[in-house]
Amino acid sequence: MREFWIIFKQSFLTKAKTKSFFITTLIMVAGIFLFANLPSIIDKVGKMMGSEEDDRVLVVDESGVLFDRLLEQLQQNEQGISLELTEKTQDQLSEKVKSEEIEAFMELSFDAEQTIHASYTTGSLVEQSLPSALQDALQNIQTEVKADQLALSGEQVSELFAPIQFEKHNISETAKSEEELNQARVLVYVLMFVIYFAVIIYSSMIATEVATEKSSRVMEILISSVSPVKHMFAKVLGIGSLGIVQILVYAVSGFLAYTLSSAGEKNELSAFFSLENLEVSTLVYAVIFFLLGYFLYATLAALLGSLVSRTEDVQQMIMPMSLLIVAAFIIAATGLGNPELGYLKIASFIPFFAPLVMFLRVGMLDLPLWEPLLSIGIMVVTIFILGWFGAKVYRGGVLMYGPSRSLKDLKKAIQLGKE
Amino acid sequence: MALELERVTKRFGDFTAVDQLSLKVEEGTMYGFLGANGAGKTTTFRMILGLLTPTEGNISWNGRTISYETSPLIGYLPEERGLYPKMKVLDQLIFLGQLRGMKKSAAKSAALHWLDRFEVPQNTNKKVEELSKGNQQKIQVIAALLHDPQLLILDEPFSGLDPVNVEMLKKAIVDFRNSGATILFSSHRMDHVEELCEQLSIIHHGKQLVSGKLRDVKRSFGKQNVRIRADFPLLELESIEGVTTAHHSLEGAVFQVEDERVAHTLLQATLQKGPIRQFEIEEPSLQDIFIAKVGEGHA
Repeated sequence: MREFWIIFKQSFLTKAKTKSFFITTLIMVAGIFLFANLPSIIDKVGKMMGSEEDDRVLVVDESGVLFDRLLEQLQQNEQGISLELTEKTQDQLSEKVKSEEIEAFMELSFDAEQTIHASYTTGSLVEQSLPSALQDALQNIQTEVKADQLALSGEQVSELFAPIQFEKHNISETAKSEEELNQARVLVYVLMFVIYFAVIIYSSMIATEVATEKSSRVMEILISSVSPVKHMFAKVLGIGSLGIVQILVYAVSGFLAYTLSSAGEKNELSAFFSLENLEVSTLVYAVIFFLLGYFLYATLAALLGSLVSRTEDVQQMIMPMSLLIVAAFIIAATGLGNPELGYLKIASFIPFFAPLVMFLRVGMLDLPLWEPLLSIGIMVVTIFILGWFGAKVYRGGVLMYGPSRSLKDLKKAIQLGKE
Repeated sequence: MALELERVTKRFGDFTAVDQLSLKVEEGTMYGFLGANGAGKTTTFRMILGLLTPTEGNISWNGRTISYETSPLIGYLPEERGLYPKMKVLDQLIFLGQLRGMKKSAAKSAALHWLDRFEVPQNTNKKVEELSKGNQQKIQVIAALLHDPQLLILDEPFSGLDPVNVEMLKKAIVDFRNSGATILFSSHRMDHVEELCEQLSIIHHGKQLVSGKLRDVKRSFGKQNVRIRADFPLLELESIEGVTTAHHSLEGAVFQVEDERVAHTLLQATLQKGPIRQFEIEEPSLQDIFIAKVGEGHA
């Protein structure tokens, strides 16, 4: 056991002490803080660039009354739009738009049925909020005009537009309420991303580590003093703990960033990080599935890493494994909209997909307990099988040198391991 | 006592890497292991270390089989340099020392002592990849003997070192042997083996061609070298019966002869032609034996 901890400590510490690890973590933390304060930063930058100036729109009012009412309407809403009445012709105005003197111009008129007819001309079609703000304002005016025409009181109008009460009930045993589902979706989505990236990053880190030890031939010294199996699991655990530490750092900084966020803006992400309405069980499942997913793929990665003799070949060797993780993520992502799809249920019991897919289902649905337990059981068994198999391959693989970069070498490695 | 290999054979599929190898290294002696590339030296070492299991035969050390329990007693210098390129020298040595059962503080002081002895204390806190090949080799050697092993296995210890450092390392190894350790090492450099080893073995394609004490090996080889320096060409002398090879130079020639009788014939034949400046019968060098034996193996 002593050697196990020495290797564990070594793989944890040397990696944690590297500059690249430190810098990556720092950049990520900085990114989290930046992201949390993004709205206020954009606001500030916008002010600095002087874009707080109102958008100028010239209006040609053929009806004679609409301009004033529109102005009034916009002032009520405090939109950053300044309107200006003009008598210029359409051609003159088009020129102004083209020369970017003005943002846009609009022609307003009533048609025969007293319906507002507006024609908005602009040089940039990308701008969406300005025309839609104008459209909303005009729509309100239209409603007032029509109500006047029909001699409806304000109450009558609001009654007319009263929204209906539409409640959804799902009597499927596994379903959560709509509200719960929306809350869960954000949480599950974020955690799914974390699991996905963590598994892909740390397992490829393991494969690279093993290949580096092999290519620098330090492996021969290592396995002459500690058994390859111990070495492999110490490595997997060491890098795993490193991953957990790194993720914790991110989580804490995320939490801090959103609680300290000066914008104070409440959105789903800040709600997630401020731990409001947090489903503890979802978080617990996230930890369980992260650990299982990590061990599953890390064991596989160590096995694959032991087969190559040059670090350059690592990526090629772990490609099939990476594709497997990506496939799991895609399957799980398709289920975010509808977690009750049939194939998700099947995929959640397939060991390599389970960490993401079962997590999605357990996070978004009220599953009977046996389902996640069965899935966890299947994964644990798979990890043990992989560990046992990996140890066999590893024993031979680490002694095998040469241009090995295909899975065909598995057989050779097992053969050598036996000898 | 000591390290003993009894009729050890290692097969990989159809390929026989080591064939019926037997050797015995007495405690406190140095054993040289000679062989061309691919002769099976590294495979033998790996079997001794327990990384590979022999297909047939037995390996024991002081009567025990070698396993991970005995690993703190063994030091190993692999042929290809094996160190973490990105780790600092001292950290690395402490780590490897700990793996061989040392306490951290003991590993540290031993590492510092050896770094000093090999005159590289300035590299203590450098990364291995920053060091020259020769200095890396020194670190590698320190990693092998840091924990004061009783059995030291050195695979090509002198490769990549300049003559000054070769001498320094030789001295360290001899001191190590004198303090009671058993040393097994392989080399292509015959002169090192000749200088350092009490016993040796030459293997080729997994087969043991020669083994035993250095003197016995030389005696039993039989052939001797005759060096003649004269002012006239010695080409004709090659045709004398019993002369196996000849190397001519400006000043004379070296003949390899089957035994001393031939050497005398050679002397008389030369004297008939004129005065000679030097005549000498030399013991065969290990190099000659190696080339002759391995050459036979090729044929």
